[in-house]
Amino acid sequence: MKQISEKFAVLSILTLAALPSSGLAQEASILVQSTTSTANSGLYDHLLPVFEKKTGIRVNVVAVGTGQAIKNAQNCDADVLLVHAKAAEEQFVKDGFGVQRFDLMYNDFVIVGPDSDPAKVSGMKDVKAALKQIADAQALFASRGDDSGTHKKEQSLWKTAQIEPTGTWYRSTGSGMGATLNTGIGMGAYVMTDRATWISFGNKGDYAIDVEGDDAMFNQYGVILVNPQNCPNVKTEEGQLFIDWLTSLEGQDEIRKYEIGGQQLFFPNASK
Amino acid sequence: MNDMTDSLWTALTHIVTFNPDLVEIVLLSLRVSLSATLLSCLIGLIIGATIAVSRFSGRSLVIIVMNSLMGLPPVVVGLFVYLNLSRSGPFGWLGFLYTPTAMIIAQTILITPIVAALSRQILEDIYEEYREQFESLSLTKSMRTGAILWDGRYSLITVALAGFGRSNAEVGAVIIVGGNIEHLTRVMTTAIALETSKGNLQMAMALGLVLLCISLSINILVSSLRLTATRLGYA
Repeated sequence: MKQISEKFAVLSILTLAALPSSGLAQEASILVQSTTSTANSGLYDHLLPVFEKKTGIRVNVVAVGTGQAIKNAQNCDADVLLVHAKAAEEQFVKDGFGVQRFDLMYNDFVIVGPDSDPAKVSGMKDVKAALKQIADAQALFASRGDDSGTHKKEQSLWKTAQIEPTGTWYRSTGSGMGATLNTGIGMGAYVMTDRATWISFGNKGDYAIDVEGDDAMFNQYGVILVNPQNCPNVKTEEGQLFIDWLTSLEGQDEIRKYEIGGQQLFFPNASK
Repeated sequence: MNDMTDSLWTALTHIVTFNPDLVEIVLLSLRVSLSATLLSCLIGLIIGATIAVSRFSGRSLVIIVMNSLMGLPPVVVGLFVYLNLSRSGPFGWLGFLYTPTAMIIAQTILITPIVAALSRQILEDIYEEYREQFESLSLTKSMRTGAILWDGRYSLITVALAGFGRSNAEVGAVIIVGGNIEHLTRVMTTAIALETSKGNLQMAMALGLVLLCISLSINILVSSLRLTATRLGYA
């Protein structure tokens, strides 16, 4: 009896361990290395079912910062790259890691801040002036500090404002957009974020958008097929199909249709 | 406090209604963590038992290293496995990156030292107790190993549970090698990380409570099996 019950114990553990995984079927699939904003804002949840239904190709998305996404794609761990740092993307293609870069859509960056607004930047449009005011007031500012698209943009804005952001007021979190927002809101710091992440963010506290509308805050997303000459494992056909669909009238229309609370998050601008 | 009650409520609704997405995530979590626990028990118990019954030079150094490896940071293990399984790494041709297999490999590396180090200590204590008896019966090393493993089986279950707890709770390794891909490699801990980064703190907390419940159920299951086994054993 004793042996039977022990065998049963082992058996039940083995059965649990061997549980089948759903969604691992033999269907065609591609791997997309993506920036977080497109995933966290729910855009993929809206787009991918339409594409999957039309083509039968499953799209697996790994959402990390743009810097890491590019790095992973360089390591051939992706079929398609969808990020938002144009200069880095063009370098990626130039270095032979990507086939061609396509404009996909845009939105803009905003600076959010607490209700108390210590640097008095609420309602400002000129981002350079706003950053200068934040630096002068030594008001807390939380930066991504993770080489992401948003971080690169933020650094370039400080540079054009001719400010070297250093000091205890400038806090580099080294984390993703959501984590940086959570941290920034927790300590009452200004944060620069893309609008899509902000609209869909669930832990806003007493924060609101303070600075918006400057042309310098433009946020362009691009999509690139990873170069099969460099990475033989790339699923060229399926990956290209996905890019073609995203930049097609139908794909662009689906992007346009995605809204949260009546607000459009991404504005399609593929030039094909 | 309101947030906590809301989280509890969200957790309860998801469990009671068997939210299919949640069920899928829970099953994958169990599959990955239990497979890793099973594998690391196979490897770790052999290592632990072998060291327990062996005497060789450098033995204490091996034990110190093994004990230190119990503190392996999950992120470092994740990076190590990523670099090896990446298409540009030495084992890229296997195509394991961003699959549950990669997650099982990473967690196995993470918890094998825990199983090996803890079981070594337990088995060595048992071995010292029986040593003279073994010698008088002139048992071979493999017979001795078998005897102490059998004798220590109930303590070793706790070791396995420690390993399972560690693998089930970690996020650093699986998020790097699994990629937190929906319907493919999303497990409880990576889902919690995702909801946190979306600012959905209530949902994240609710998932955390579900994770705790799973851990609790596994422990209840194992300890009741163990109780039954002991009762039948001595009946």
